[in-house]
Amino acid sequence: MRKIAIIGIGQTKVHEHWNLSIRELAGKAIFAAQKDAGRKNFDALFVGNMLSGLIDQQNNLGAVIADWVGFKGEAVKIETACSSGASAFRAGMMAVASGEIDSAMVVGVEKMTDAAPNDITSALATAADSDWELEQGVSFVGLNALIMRRYMHEYGWQHEDFAPFSLNSHANAAHNPHARLPFAISEKQYKNSAMIAAPINLMDASPTGDGAASALIVPLESVHNNKRAVEIVGSGAATDTLSVHSRKMPLFLQAAYLSAKYAYAQAGNAPEDIDFFELHDAFSIMAALSLEACGFAEKGQGPRLGLSGAIKLKHGGIPICTRGGLKARGHPVGATGMYQIIESVQQLRGECGEAQVQGAKIGMAQNIGGSGASIITHILKIS
Amino acid sequence: MEIPRHWRLKKQRYGLIGEVCPHCDSKIFPPRDICPDCGKEAKDEFAFSGAGEVYSYTTIYNAPSGFEHTIPYTVALVQLEEGPLITAQLTDVDEEHVSIGMPVEMVTRKLREDGDERGMLVYGYKFRPKLVVAA
Ligand SMILES: [Zn+2]
Repeated sequence: MRKIAIIGIGQTKVHEHWNLSIRELAGKAIFAAQKDAGRKNFDALFVGNMLSGLIDQQNNLGAVIADWVGFKGEAVKIETACSSGASAFRAGMMAVASGEIDSAMVVGVEKMTDAAPNDITSALATAADSDWELEQGVSFVGLNALIMRRYMHEYGWQHEDFAPFSLNSHANAAHNPHARLPFAISEKQYKNSAMIAAPINLMDASPTGDGAASALIVPLESVHNNKRAVEIVGSGAATDTLSVHSRKMPLFLQAAYLSAKYAYAQAGNAPEDIDFFELHDAFSIMAALSLEACGFAEKGQGPRLGLSGAIKLKHGGIPICTRGGLKARGHPVGATGMYQIIESVQQLRGECGEAQVQGAKIGMAQNIGGSGASIITHILKIS
Repeated sequence: MEIPRHWRLKKQRYGLIGEVCPHCDSKIFPPRDICPDCGKEAKDEFAFSGAGEVYSYTTIYNAPSGFEHTIPYTVALVQLEEGPLITAQLTDVDEEHVSIGMPVEMVTRKLREDGDERGMLVYGYKFRPKLVVAA
């Protein structure tokens, strides 16, 4: 396998883009990545998307996007629920690393505002087990609530102990022009917001939206003079049982643990080498579980990193969700993994202004599909 | 719609029929044919008693399509007395009277209506607080 790098990135704001279709969203991100890279050509297109078949009545999405951007080469859609973006990125990365192709354009895209809210609830729930979870009427929020309540029970946490995750993401999003909710919130707002599936309230949950994010992957040797090139040094993917109820440890993200372990080993890094961590805070409980599974906290102790301030930008700990995370940048499901990747690139290039992690050299991004069934972890580095 | 799918799951839905591993005696629900404990083939049927306790619970207000007419309803992870966890609705009880560790038992109830008013009714397991029989 040869070394590889990201040479261009592009994104749309995560938003209610009433005037843009799924192909236009993807096109905007791809054109922006081409402009950023200073080159247009690529050998294959990898599209990360979860819901196009269910809510846009559009499959064959690889060809749809290729057609829109005037590309005639290989194009595929890759789907692993909310981790589709990172799965597409990993596929593109492996294709270039193997030498099979010399450049891969990866785009994560989701168009969600064309569907009614309960249809979105149903569509998102298809990430869970249709026969054994959905048939009982449990929603995706509901599954996370089941995990969070038991977690609070076993480890003795109160609801407000999770507030720092939400507050941190919102504070960071205030400096991200592409964020869905670019404003800070107070602890009082967190406590008083509406309960949606107890113990999860509105401020524990990430907002959906329309969005697309894209990156161009090339061999590192072809861009070794380019100071903006960001090397992909570690990549790992793993799965766990589809249903929460089938897990031996329902409160531990085994697939996060495994995928991070593979990525750390490939990169030759350990948790203490990571300068920032773009984790998958679809719900605040997932931020805690992700930190625990990746070696930043002991089991059951993830909330401590929020309460101590270690997750904040300028604290010297492990900054997370530096551009707003899922909670405040937004969660256009199949695109989210690609937002995490390009936000990591922005940090490593030093382009984050007020939200810059000073001197950041190594960043990690982790994307979760379903309630923990598919998890992909990447480690990026700038020289 | 989906009539064969519901028919195919009738043993599990109505009888809580899972599997027992012939190699390590692990009890398995829902059926998965490969034992999660020892990794060997496990296809022997096993009927669960239906008794268990609440492992965790929440109440759904924003329901997926097909369940809108029954909100709010409480969903739980129930730990069956034979070991496995199962995702199921609680019935005959309000959320404020549910607690972790509460003993529950399986009953058969309507889960939802499949499709419009001419669609089939889908029945399956739910769990209710364990009834205490007066001495
Ligand atoms: Zn066994």
